[in-house]
Amino acid sequence: MSQYAWLIPVLPFSSFVAIVFLLKKSKAASAAYALASMVASFVVALGILIEKVQDPKAIEIAVNWLNIPEMGNFRGLNVQMGLLIDPLSAAMLFIVTFIAILVTLFSIGYMEGDEGFSRYFAYLSLFAFSMLGLVVANNYFQMFVFWELVGLSSYLLIGFWYHKPSAADAAQKAFITNRWADFAFMVGIILLFVYFGTFNFAELGPAIEHTKDAAFITLIGILIFIGPVGKSAQFPLHVWLPDAMEGPTPVSAFIHAATMVAAGVYLIARGFILFESSETTMLVIAYIGGFTALFAASIAIVQKDIKRVLAYSTLSQLGYMVMAMGVGSLTAGMFHLTTHAFFKALLFLGAGSVIHAMHHEQDMFKMGALSKKMPVTTWTFVIGSLALAGVFPLAGFWSKDEILLAAQHHNFTGLFVLGVIVAFMTAFYMFRLIFVAFFGEKKSDHHAHETSWLMTLPLVLLSVFAVLAGFLNSPWFYEAFGKSFSTFVFFGEPEIPHLDLGVAGLSTVAALAGIFTAWLIYSRKAIPAESIAKKFSGLYKLLWNKYYIDDFYQWLFDKVMFMTGKALDWVDHHIIDGFFDGFAKLVGFTGSKLRLTQTGALQNYALVIFGAVVFFVLLASTPLLGGVIK
Amino acid sequence: MITLQHYLILAAALFCIGLFGAVTKKNAIAVFMGIELMLNSVNINLVAFNRFLAPAKLTGHVFAIFIMVVAAAEVAVGLALIISIYRHRKSTAVDDLNLLKW
Repeated sequence: MSQYAWLIPVLPFSSFVAIVFLLKKSKAASAAYALASMVASFVVALGILIEKVQDPKAIEIAVNWLNIPEMGNFRGLNVQMGLLIDPLSAAMLFIVTFIAILVTLFSIGYMEGDEGFSRYFAYLSLFAFSMLGLVVANNYFQMFVFWELVGLSSYLLIGFWYHKPSAADAAQKAFITNRWADFAFMVGIILLFVYFGTFNFAELGPAIEHTKDAAFITLIGILIFIGPVGKSAQFPLHVWLPDAMEGPTPVSAFIHAATMVAAGVYLIARGFILFESSETTMLVIAYIGGFTALFAASIAIVQKDIKRVLAYSTLSQLGYMVMAMGVGSLTAGMFHLTTHAFFKALLFLGAGSVIHAMHHEQDMFKMGALSKKMPVTTWTFVIGSLALAGVFPLAGFWSKDEILLAAQHHNFTGLFVLGVIVAFMTAFYMFRLIFVAFFGEKKSDHHAHETSWLMTLPLVLLSVFAVLAGFLNSPWFYEAFGKSFSTFVFFGEPEIPHLDLGVAGLSTVAALAGIFTAWLIYSRKAIPAESIAKKFSGLYKLLWNKYYIDDFYQWLFDKVMFMTGKALDWVDHHIIDGFFDGFAKLVGFTGSKLRLTQTGALQNYALVIFGAVVFFVLLASTPLLGGVIK
Repeated sequence: MITLQHYLILAAALFCIGLFGAVTKKNAIAVFMGIELMLNSVNINLVAFNRFLAPAKLTGHVFAIFIMVVAAAEVAVGLALIISIYRHRKSTAVDDLNLLKW
């Protein structure tokens, strides 16, 4: 099956090309082609996954894309485009194609009647193509190319409704923020090539092992890590992700679950040997992840926009994944990425269903009592939230525990405690959302109704996965099949899953406490939310304004950068231009004076000519002045 | 006895008169006449040198005849130019012909 792996990215690309050039006129044909290509990719990806489960040996197929041979001091450059199929990429391919199918299916219902219907599916296909190309990449160079393509297609989709200024701004914000990160990433790749002379993952692995803990490995590791900081929206480059909610909701689901933000985590997993070789890099990764998890969860608690709550929750969960990688467990990070893909896609599509039914109302305090009108959406959403909160035995429980265990196992007590606190906050903000939006009394006069089967089918499918995906790494699964996620995707030694009752108990208590607190405040109204907000008004304002980070960046660009720009502009205009304009003026001035000798009077010229003749004759005939005529 | 020096002084005087006329006269025709005078003074020089320094040869004479022919052609062109200028500018004063300036 692996020899057909190239089909996986190529099929969505063919869909992009076909829609843009041929099928744009026909909405049905565009959607059908996009869906068909995703399904075909999924079938191939599934085949590969099954093959890899049976035989986890990595397969690499590559063609030389650019090959400059060695010449003297120049050591040659070989850039490949290839496929690297190993358990890690096989698992990722499965997730991406699976989510892509459901998002496409959902979008057919969600985007119904939109003017840019065909364009939407073209972009979606391009997005899937970029992400899949990134996943199968066998070298950093190819990864970077697709990394940028992911950035481009996310730009196109976030700004899909480009006539809305907020959407256009959000798209630019996402793109520019990512550019900052990509720049560091690119420098890192170049340095990597300078030191090791290759971009290839397989060739880099052993080379890096020999240079453990060298200063430049730390430098390269941190530079490359800045790439995921941007793409996976870690602090301090997280600002674009909440704004990316401006895109159509299925796109948000796609970005948050399977593409874009997953790309960053995937890169950390792919280049794990590089990060793992430097303790400093690992510490940076772990603490940035941990901080982001806490930081984003605290913001999510006060948001009112249903999609924003989910966006900050994604930030927080990404923080978890990055933290897991940082403490040294690739398995835990990738496992959380996998389960998170299912339940976050579910939650976003659920939110999309709600927003669709509410005619694009996103403020949850204007919803309420949706459970009676939209039972399927409500209950799948509850399942997704339970999974996200980490309630036994849903998916989030297993993957979150895996992360907490990893933190405990590697003696990161601080991060362990932080993880438990974030688990509490996660449960709290998710159930705040549920109690406010889906239950309780109607908060505005809305006529919500259940959405069509095109939209509910993906929800049901995803909720099945949100329930079951976690078992992949449970001890029971291992006992039954002799395999589990952690013996499939791992770095170094495979781990055999086990359940630490202490950790599991603690995280379950935290999650249930979060749900209970949310119930007390928002359902029972034992303590009115407003009074808490009033009591801690300073903190509330800080959180509501997202720690003023956006304002800080605004200030930084408006004031500092703009002022610096102005100062440099002044230097340019007055000093540099003055210098060169001065030259021009000098020449002009000399010319204006010299031209006065051109009188136009014929006889003047004659006199000058004759005078010159006389002068030269005298010169030539005077022996004293070297004259030759005696 | 008339010697070479007499001819040379005559020619120099004639040249100076011609130059003075060419440089100072307002009328283009007069300027032209000055130039002719200068050419002819040179002719005198050439013939005189030939007569006194190398009487056996004819080089100087031939040269003088060449100059006359060229001068005649030059007069034809020059006068045509002056007439053309007169037609355009209703003037033959060289002071008016100052277009070639800043």
